[in-house]
Amino acid sequence: MRPTLARYIPFVVLVGLVVAAQTALSALKLEFYLTQLTMAAYYTLVALGLCLLMGYAGQVSLGHAGFFAIGGYTSAVLTTVNLAATGAAAGAGAAAGGVAGAAGAGALIGLLSRLGILVTGTDAYGGQTLTVLPWAAFAAALLVTAVVAVLVGIPVLRLRGHYLAMATLAFGVIVARVAVGTRIFGEADGISDVPAFRLFAGLAISGKKALRVQNYYIAWAMVAAGFLLLINLIGSRAGRALRAIHGNEAAASAMGVDVPRHKLAAFLLSALYAAVGGACLVHFNGGIGPGEASVMKSVRYVALVAVGGMGSAGGTLAVSTLLTFLSLRGAFGQLDDAVFGAILVAIMLFAPDGVFAPVGGWILRLLRGRRGARGAAR
Amino acid sequence: MGADQLLQYLLSGVTTGSIYAIVGIGFNIVYSATGIINFAQGEFLMLGGMIAISLAPVLPLPLAIAAAVLATGLVGVLVQLVFISWLKNPAVLRMIVITIGLSILIREASLHVWDEKVRALPFFSGDETSSIAVLGARISPQILWILGISAVLVAGLTLFLRYTLLGRAMRACASNTTAARLCGIRTSSLVTFSFFLAAAMGALAGCAVSPMTQTQYDMGTSLAVKGFTCAVLGGLGSSTAAVAAGLLVGVLEAASISILPLAYKDVVSLGILLAILFFRPEGLFARRAAGVPGRAG
Repeated sequence: MRPTLARYIPFVVLVGLVVAAQTALSALKLEFYLTQLTMAAYYTLVALGLCLLMGYAGQVSLGHAGFFAIGGYTSAVLTTVNLAATGAAAGAGAAAGGVAGAAGAGALIGLLSRLGILVTGTDAYGGQTLTVLPWAAFAAALLVTAVVAVLVGIPVLRLRGHYLAMATLAFGVIVARVAVGTRIFGEADGISDVPAFRLFAGLAISGKKALRVQNYYIAWAMVAAGFLLLINLIGSRAGRALRAIHGNEAAASAMGVDVPRHKLAAFLLSALYAAVGGACLVHFNGGIGPGEASVMKSVRYVALVAVGGMGSAGGTLAVSTLLTFLSLRGAFGQLDDAVFGAILVAIMLFAPDGVFAPVGGWILRLLRGRRGARGAAR
Repeated sequence: MGADQLLQYLLSGVTTGSIYAIVGIGFNIVYSATGIINFAQGEFLMLGGMIAISLAPVLPLPLAIAAAVLATGLVGVLVQLVFISWLKNPAVLRMIVITIGLSILIREASLHVWDEKVRALPFFSGDETSSIAVLGARISPQILWILGISAVLVAGLTLFLRYTLLGRAMRACASNTTAARLCGIRTSSLVTFSFFLAAAMGALAGCAVSPMTQTQYDMGTSLAVKGFTCAVLGGLGSSTAAVAAGLLVGVLEAASISILPLAYKDVVSLGILLAILFFRPEGLFARRAAGVPGRAG
């Protein structure tokens, strides 16, 4: 592929649309739409990551909500669990006999606070709290996700077709069950009261009304960055290798592409996209529930990528933003899941290359037809 | 743990396991006829249970169940004719996504017809309090019903595939579609019939478990994943090998409840699935390899 600037056109369009949408909505006093657009941005980040894996590397994942949940839950737990209380509990345990364990926990907390990644505050009852700084929690979320993605990815990516689909589905179900069945993850209630994530220069990811415009731009800046990374990656040597794997694994391997490594890298990167989306959304929403890990969520992400046209980052971006926004606004009412199911079936039956492919083919035929007519005239 | 308690776990494991096995057999029937894994297989159990529950107040129980089995079988036929029959050599990914979409549609339709309440069929004999003593363990008669129905289904299917003309045609179609067609077998009707069979068997299993485990619109997904576990463990495509696998998964799952919290029950059986897929994707019993490049298939 020639290194052209043409591939950055969708990126420029994206930035333009993001600014235009905010300006228009603010001018029309419809700023409340920005909240759902911000949430849609974080979900779109997951869809973009999945687009890399499914569309370019050709590997299906029915468990991406799992990675979103791992990112989100890690951030949420670390920024809400009160280490001061845990330390006290450990101290009480020490009196009962577990001296070494309590000392260990105390030492760990001491070490963390010396590293400057703990933050003190007061809870609703005026008691002192000691929690992990959102920055550190964010880093931990990405680290945990990366470790899980590699551990799951190495064996799973050896599989193909139905087996890969079922294995990733099983991974997603396991994450969902663990989230519902574990006390520290809040069981069926999930985790709430996640604090704001102060970034820098007064910017913070938070659901406060006053910060709505700011958060809209933070979220979309992340999507823009993710999109830019994706189009650069796709145009690079690694991107060509991934597409070669999608086309024919054996042939790619024969041409010297390290197939397992490239597949794993794509899997890891797409998991990290999901984790970033999850970790940021918990700070914006102030909480997370086990529904985020459900199979239906994973299927939704697959639907978004499929409708956008597998292997079209721009298409995925557009479809994901539109459908997620409509869904969050409640446009589909009680039929929300049914709409996504129907879209999946219809797209796969009639337009397996996504909604934009038929339109693109139509334009192409139109152009070619005109050129053909000109040739005949000559 | 006492011997009677062990027996209790064993029996409950065998019961759930036999249901997983029937879901797995449903996967196998459709897979060997079409090469498709029908992700909506679990929904057939739910549908069978739900239809029977709705008919039970107006019809005698056996008739209600028979009607539910027939109706669900027709849903299976409808699914195959409308969504699958006209696709020529579809890519695997495409079929996965289509059947997942279908499972969502069936589930959502059921949600609108039957709402999200948990329902149950009446016990086939006795009620929830009646129990039978077996070697010192107290079990519900429904367990015997489930085991009996599963056994009859498996035996019936084996005899059907081995000795009837239709069953032998199905096996011919599964082993080589082109050759079967050359012998004058109408393979396309056999594919439709395989969907009917898988759906109807699922529906009967769904009716049998309903009194014990209840029926809810969203019970399909986890059943499907576990049924698939059994199908893979037994070797995908070999129709009744899933039985042994199903019993194994069921017993392991029941045993896990005594050690781990109940919420982790699914985690155990799915962990088994992942482990098999990683280490022995061709199944415990079969020699045919699939799913992993480099090992024939």
